[in-house]
Amino acid sequence: MSDASLHSQASDRDAGFADYFALLKPRVMSLVVFTAMVGLLAAPVAVHPMIAFASILFIAVGGGASGALNMWWDADIDKVMTRTAQRPIPAGRVSPDEAYAIGMTLSVFAVIMLALAANWVAAGLLAFTIFFYVVVYTMWLKRWTPQNIVIGGAAGAFPPMIGWAVATGGISVESVLMFTLIFMWTPPHFWALALFMKSDYRDAGVPMLTVTHGRRATRAHILVYTLLLAGIAVGMGFTAVGGPIYLLVSVVMNALFVYGAVAIWRRDETAAQADGYRREKSFFGLSLLYLFLHFGAILGEAALAPYGLGGW
Amino acid sequence: MSFREEHELHKRRFGRNLGLALVLAGFIVIVFGLTVVKVTRGDGEPENATAVQN
Repeated sequence: MSDASLHSQASDRDAGFADYFALLKPRVMSLVVFTAMVGLLAAPVAVHPMIAFASILFIAVGGGASGALNMWWDADIDKVMTRTAQRPIPAGRVSPDEAYAIGMTLSVFAVIMLALAANWVAAGLLAFTIFFYVVVYTMWLKRWTPQNIVIGGAAGAFPPMIGWAVATGGISVESVLMFTLIFMWTPPHFWALALFMKSDYRDAGVPMLTVTHGRRATRAHILVYTLLLAGIAVGMGFTAVGGPIYLLVSVVMNALFVYGAVAIWRRDETAAQADGYRREKSFFGLSLLYLFLHFGAILGEAALAPYGLGGW
Repeated sequence: MSFREEHELHKRRFGRNLGLALVLAGFIVIVFGLTVVKVTRGDGEPENATAVQN
C-alpha cells in the first residue's frame, strides 16, 4: 500500500472529538451522574462541593470508560443492529484498538482519581462496576443467557452506592436499597425495548428473552418484574431513604407502571404491530421518568431533612 | 523540523485537538481545586499531628 492510499484512507475515517465522546455513551452517563449524585447527597455526611463535583465526574468517566470497552467488544453485534449501527466503531469512524485504549486508560484513570479525590471504598466499587459491566455482562452474560440483563443490570445499579460511599466511606442499608431499586427496574425497562426493537437482537444472535422464549413470555416477564419492582419501590418509602414525598411519588408512578405492564401483558403481537408498538414505546418512556422521579424524590427528602421536613 | 508550517493534518484534526486541550485544561483546574480543598482541610496529615504540636 502506498503512502498516498494510506493517507486517503486515514482522512476518510478521521474521527472528531464528538466521536470519541460518543464512545462513552453520554446518555447512559447522564443516568450514572444523576443516580450517583443522589446517592452522594442523600448520605448523612456532608461532602465539600469541590470533592463532590470531582467525584461525580470521575464516576461518570469510569462509567463512560466501561461504555467504550463495551463498544469495543460488541462491535460485531452493533454493526448488525439498526439501533447501534451508527455507533463510532461500526460506522468506521473510530477503530476498535482506539476504543480499547481509551476504555482501558480512562478506567484506570477514573478509579485512581476517585480514590485520591474521595476514598478507596468508592474507588473499589467503581472498579468492580467497570469489571462487572465489561467482563461479567458484556463478555459473558450478554451472548450466553436470556437472563443477561437481569444479572447485568447490577452494573447500572452501582452508581448510587458509589456516590453514597464517596460521602460515608462505606456501604449501608440505604445504599443497598437504592441499588435494589435500579436492579429491579432494569429488566422491564430493557424487555420493553426488546419488544419494539423487533428483529434486532435475533439478527445479532443475542439471546434476549424475546428471542429465546418468545414475545408472549417476555410480556409475562415484564408484568412479573414490574409487580416485584412496585413492591420494593413502594416499600422503600417506609425506610430511611423514604418519606412522605417519596411515598406519594412512588405510589403514583408504580400505579402507572403496573397499569402499563398489565396493558403490555394483555396485548398480542397483532395488536402491537397494528399500532407500531405504541404501548410498549410509551412504557419504555415511562420507565425513564419512573427512575428519574424516584431518585428525584429521594433527593427531595434528603434536601428537606435539614429543615425538619424530609423523611419520617 | 519547523513547527511553523501548518500541515493539512493540523487543520483536519483541529477540532479533536482543541477538545483534548480543553479536557486537559479542565483536568488541571480540577486537580488544583482538589489540592486546595485537601490542603486547607488538612487531609492526609497524621491524626495526632496537632496533638504533638500542642
